[in-house]
Amino acid sequence: MLMHTPLNTRHREAGAKLVDFSGWEMPIHYGSQIEEHHAVRHDAGMFDVSHMLPVDIRGDAARAFLRKLVANNVDKLQTTGRALYTCMLHEGGGIIDDLIVYFFNESWFRLVVNAGCADKDLAWIESQRDRHAAGLEIQPRRDLAMIAAQGPNAASRLWAAMPGLQELAAPLKPFNAAVVGDMLVARTGYTGEDGFEIMLPAKAAPFFWQALLEAGVRPCGLGARDTLRLEAGMNLYGQDMDESDTPFDCGLGWTVDLSGDRDFIGRDSLLRLPRGQTLVGLKLLDRGVLRAHQPVHTEQGEGQITSGTFSPTLGFSIALARVPAGARPGDTVEVDIRDRRLKALVVKYPFVRNGKALI
Amino acid sequence: MSIPADLKYTASHEWCRLEADGAITVGITHHAQDLLGDMVFVELPVVGRKLAANEECAVVESVKAASDVYAPLAGEVVAFNADLEASPERINQDAYAAWMFRLNPDNPADLDGLMDADAYRAQVESEAH
Repeated sequence: MLMHTPLNTRHREAGAKLVDFSGWEMPIHYGSQIEEHHAVRHDAGMFDVSHMLPVDIRGDAARAFLRKLVANNVDKLQTTGRALYTCMLHEGGGIIDDLIVYFFNESWFRLVVNAGCADKDLAWIESQRDRHAAGLEIQPRRDLAMIAAQGPNAASRLWAAMPGLQELAAPLKPFNAAVVGDMLVARTGYTGEDGFEIMLPAKAAPFFWQALLEAGVRPCGLGARDTLRLEAGMNLYGQDMDESDTPFDCGLGWTVDLSGDRDFIGRDSLLRLPRGQTLVGLKLLDRGVLRAHQPVHTEQGEGQITSGTFSPTLGFSIALARVPAGARPGDTVEVDIRDRRLKALVVKYPFVRNGKALI
Repeated sequence: MSIPADLKYTASHEWCRLEADGAITVGITHHAQDLLGDMVFVELPVVGRKLAANEECAVVESVKAASDVYAPLAGEVVAFNADLEASPERINQDAYAAWMFRLNPDNPADLDGLMDADAYRAQVESEAH
């Protein structure tokens, strides 16, 4: 039995093609994945991301606990509503999940974790709480829905749909959030465009979705979400990384804060383990489509594509690939696609930001 | 569901049309393109290639996935639709107009062994349940 988000009926009404995503029945597209992709790059689209789980951390020891729990340093969060992207590691340095931490006050932080990791994350967080911060409250917020409105016109259409939000949400800078009544409006996303992720009571979500629809925001499925995030050079948990990878193996070294002597879980392993691999961007030079798990041959040795697709914005195929350290932008590599060996160029990613090609 | 009555079909979702000159035109069905989603890449067999029945002979890729296309019957490729390589989305727009390749069948009677529209419809409906 698949789990349903509060917006399931809306998706059915809109003719969505629904698929099983980590046990949730979610829209993959509403007709055309590519048109939805373009809507987000050029106008505004919305995604039901209610399958993701917000987890509130409440109590006096919240900050100290999170300094221990995650690899980035929550001391960077000093103003209300500030958000931080981080990995949560096990003792071996492998990634249990990637998540966003929001700071509201010294006794209230919120984590937003991936749907497919939610159960194991909660079990892990609770076990670590028992060891390091007994008494701290860990609150999974299954009572909340989450809608991402993304695209260059997301803000203006959001104000049209919900005029009451504008005063507090319009001034938000990227990676900042505002509490508006019983909603949290965050200027975050997974598309490389301006936009907002809104957490709100499940009961209110269908009305909110309908208001955005009437304001011209196009419903978009997980298919477009995947091509958008890949163009934006953002990792997907379970695809570009899992528990056997450290942040350094998958291009997320920038999220690890090794400064000072903060003793976070996984630190010792990260300092000890060799950093022999890296994540690079690829642009396919020949005709075809790069896909996950295709072997990549570089001068330094063999690697593998972790995420690959046809890029609707660029009009050719792009990929993220884990390769031996040393591969540099400008290098030509070869990729095995079926029975052929095709040429690809190593490029810097992101590939696309704010509607513009970067490669 | 669009399943023209005048075509023949395979279990792997190819359609076949017998032309006046005896050649067989092959494409993928409306149902197949609907399963795959937006098409972004097509790889077609070259003219002169000899195909065995059920041999993998072409590839269609959507944003979502790559999928093999199989020869509905044995024969030699006599033409392919080069326009599709530049505009794979034509398969989504009209799967029965967007033919992929033509072959001269080794044995024209093989066509009789393929499914008619009713049989194909029954297969598609059974797969949906």
